[in-house]
Amino acid sequence: MSGIHVSTTINGDPVEFVCQPGETLLDVLRDRLRLTGSKDGCGTGDCGACSVTVDGRLVCSCLVLGAEAEGREVTTIEGLADGENLHPLQSKFIEHAALQCGICTPGFLVAAKALLDRNSNPTEEEIRFALAGNLCRCTGYDKIVRAVSAAATEVRKQEGRKQRRSF
Amino acid sequence: MLEVQLSGSLRDAAGGAASISIDASTIRELLRKIVERYPRMQSRVDDGVAVSINGEIFRDNWGEHIPEGAEIFLLPRIPGG
Amino acid sequence: MAHDTSFTNQEFKVIGTRPPRPDGVDKVTGRAAYGADTFAPGQLVGLILRSPHAHAQIRKIDTSRAEKLKGVKAVITSDDLPDLTNGDRAMLDILENCMARGRALYDGHAVAAVAAIDAETARKALKLIKVDYKRLPHVTDVDEAVKPDAPIVQPYVRTAGVQPPPTKASNISQISEFGHGDVEAGFAQADFIVEESYKTEQTHQGYIEPHACLASVGPDGQGELWVTTQGHFTFRNQCAALLGMDVAKLKVTASEIGGGFGGKTHVWMEPVALALSRKANRPVKVVMSRDEVFRATGPTSSTSVDVKIGAKKNGRITAATATLRYQTGAFPGIWGMLGAMTAYACYDLKNVKTVGYNVLVNRPKVAAYRAPSAPMAAFAVESTIDLLAAKVGMEPVDFRIKNAAKKGTKASYGPTYGPIGIGPTLEAVKNHPHMRARLGKNQGRGMACGFWFNFGGQTCTDLNIGVDGTVNLTVGTVDVGGSRASLSLIAAEELGIPYERIKCNVADTSSLGHNDTTEGSRGTFSSGMATIFAARDAIEVLRERAAQTWEIDVKDVKWEGGRAVPKGVRHSNLGTLTLEELAAASPNTGGPIAGHNEVVADGAGVSFASHICDVEVDPETGATKVLRYTVVQDAGKAIHPDYVEGQLQGGAAQGIGWALNEEYIYGKDGRLQNPGFLDYRIPVCSDLPFIDTEILEIPNPNHPYGVRGVGETSIVPPLAAVGNAVSNAANVRLTHVPMSPPRILKAIKNRRSNATTG
Repeated sequence: MSGIHVSTTINGDPVEFVCQPGETLLDVLRDRLRLTGSKDGCGTGDCGACSVTVDGRLVCSCLVLGAEAEGREVTTIEGLADGENLHPLQSKFIEHAALQCGICTPGFLVAAKALLDRNSNPTEEEIRFALAGNLCRCTGYDKIVRAVSAAATEVRKQEGRKQRRSF
Repeated sequence: MLEVQLSGSLRDAAGGAASISIDASTIRELLRKIVERYPRMQSRVDDGVAVSINGEIFRDNWGEHIPEGAEIFLLPRIPGG
Repeated sequence: MAHDTSFTNQEFKVIGTRPPRPDGVDKVTGRAAYGADTFAPGQLVGLILRSPHAHAQIRKIDTSRAEKLKGVKAVITSDDLPDLTNGDRAMLDILENCMARGRALYDGHAVAAVAAIDAETARKALKLIKVDYKRLPHVTDVDEAVKPDAPIVQPYVRTAGVQPPPTKASNISQISEFGHGDVEAGFAQADFIVEESYKTEQTHQGYIEPHACLASVGPDGQGELWVTTQGHFTFRNQCAALLGMDVAKLKVTASEIGGGFGGKTHVWMEPVALALSRKANRPVKVVMSRDEVFRATGPTSSTSVDVKIGAKKNGRITAATATLRYQTGAFPGIWGMLGAMTAYACYDLKNVKTVGYNVLVNRPKVAAYRAPSAPMAAFAVESTIDLLAAKVGMEPVDFRIKNAAKKGTKASYGPTYGPIGIGPTLEAVKNHPHMRARLGKNQGRGMACGFWFNFGGQTCTDLNIGVDGTVNLTVGTVDVGGSRASLSLIAAEELGIPYERIKCNVADTSSLGHNDTTEGSRGTFSSGMATIFAARDAIEVLRERAAQTWEIDVKDVKWEGGRAVPKGVRHSNLGTLTLEELAAASPNTGGPIAGHNEVVADGAGVSFASHICDVEVDPETGATKVLRYTVVQDAGKAIHPDYVEGQLQGGAAQGIGWALNEEYIYGKDGRLQNPGFLDYRIPVCSDLPFIDTEILEIPNPNHPYGVRGVGETSIVPPLAAVGNAVSNAANVRLTHVPMSPPRILKAIKNRRSNATTG
């Protein structure tokens, strides 16, 4: 058993680890790096609970090999907040009671962030299709869709403020 | 004297009776006397039973007082999800 | 001390508001620790070997090569889990389900387990275990299993509930009958009679978090278990009994739980993890794969139900019967009986008879799934009610209102109802704008109602006031959907302090007395009741401390708005003492200020809901789209309305998935064909509309705030509400759940060919 040495960036920090060739990025995040915010709900890319972004692209970390993180930038749920300031998605999820058990929440937040990064004013339908790769068994998705919509409004407001400040 | 109605699944432990007459003023006394009369009821009580007193279901509180002339149903204990 | 649990119409300050939940930040940042999220020094990875056969004799298990593999620290079989149950067959069934004893009873049944230094070694070790199976005939279908020549699943089972007691083994573990009146006489009075048969397929609770635990047992007989569970006290008692440990020496901590819905009320691999740890003398972590979750844990029953209902021209039902066959998996269960109890609970019937069959098959042990057994019975009954309403010529909702149970109705399962909420939910449906919205082509609307018992149970709660006046509320009921927020609201209401000053924790089993499992919609109902009394207990102490400070009689001190207030004019110069002031002074007034309560929270009261559903069915593909969905349910009193709505919406969504897509598919070989989320398809975000809710608040007379449990009933009506909507949209009655596209297409095709030939 010879491990593979990997140098990568996770949530902005340089990280090095050794993993087996067959080990998934999710296994590495959870078991080697103890970043357990990404959840293992199925191991087959069907539930989205392990969603992370690699170089800005939304992926199921259970379908990516740990070795593939070499030289990439990985963002997990642990990287969503800006220091002590929650991302608007995070605060709106709490405010709108968009979680019950919360196991799917990290995956939803990462996927919703990926949506807002490319579309800051999504319709209900766009939100529903963008999040269709994430399973939630508690909420019926109602409050999740409302929270993402409210967060999008908040993000646009913040962007507007930033732009006004830069003029 | 109380007329205790037995729920379907409990009747065979009472020799098939649909109801039995028992004098009791608490659930504990009721269950004790039922088991005295029908020893096979013991395993049913151990598995868990509930007692409906005038339409209100008690699962655990064996000290509950049973009013004179109350409608009593002995039910199996119900699990939940 | 006994407390009066009766409803008192008190005015609320914070109950009914929607503050942020206390575990919110942990859960949106990934910090919250679930079953698989904790680690112990030197922990091993535990994996379980499972039967590939539906039914097989285990002639021999050779573990020698696995044991020799470097890095393997323990290998166990049922030999390592000796029978300590002392004739308690129900406990032995639990043990046998955790690990096969001589016979594998279903595809996925555990037969051996290993603990190794890492996952790769454990996987290799599993492959080195050689099991010599002799395949036996199997049966997985409920209707096949009741046939006289069906393969016998459990030779020890004799059918209970028949006279004289049978001497031959049967797959029917119990037959139970409920009802009253004379159904034959009732049918003779009927102007219209509808008879129909229905089937529902097996579904899984589908919690997104697989079962996971970290077990640690030492040679001194002491152990710890970190586990995702709905009831850590129950898990402790069962694991201790199965492993021969002292209850007090096994500390069980409930992790955050990633969904349960009944599936985490039972132990599955936890005793195995403890046995592995004991043998290896190291901590062992066992995390199930999704495949294992589907094949070897908690699905609900598949069913086959025959219904017959008769009514007069005026719309009054004269008689109703149902025969309900529910498979319970490879171990006896009471699921058919529960179906028989709940089937007609919504109706006021003079003549009613239901017969429930509990049927063994070679499938995983059936576990509770949210209002267990009620949705399938409701599907059959509520579909037939719609058929009968059409024959009588009444609107479905009016027909139901005319026959609805009310206070004084003798319930079909026996007792006479007190005040109940079915009538108001039906009236609310009738008056809902949803009922008047226009429908387009290929669209249909359906409604249905549902019932569930709810219960309370044993509860124990502590409330400790810190020196700064903030409060630790320590409860023993696992928080499955936001109950810590609701319980904090209750403590804040009673003490009269802000919600933010309460911190609610779920204690481990060594820190609090026994609490029953969070099931039966009891979490907020029962722990809420205990919280009220614990807070009032603490208020007694606070009043005494104020009396002591003021040197007056405690009778002259009242508690009002978070402070002690002296009563009467002669004490009017004393001012007031706030909770903070009393807490700060507590070291010198008698020490810590605490409240405590143990209660058996009986009197949960039964629960009713009515749902409305609009669908569009594509006649070319058979695909169904849910267009609009409305839930009306009685909550008694909504403590935190967001989380009540969440329960109603989540239950409806699970029911919609069950109605349209979800099913266990077994091959001829008795193996599960779709043990994954790709082929077992639960609803996704783009499948559903917003789910509207209307919460009715008809106070429960047996709770100080009027609370009723709300967690389960919302899954009861959807199968039938969707079924009625689909049947109206496709213009053909659907009788088999799930109403997947192939089944709908087939029904449409049959209707068309019947139309041409007939």
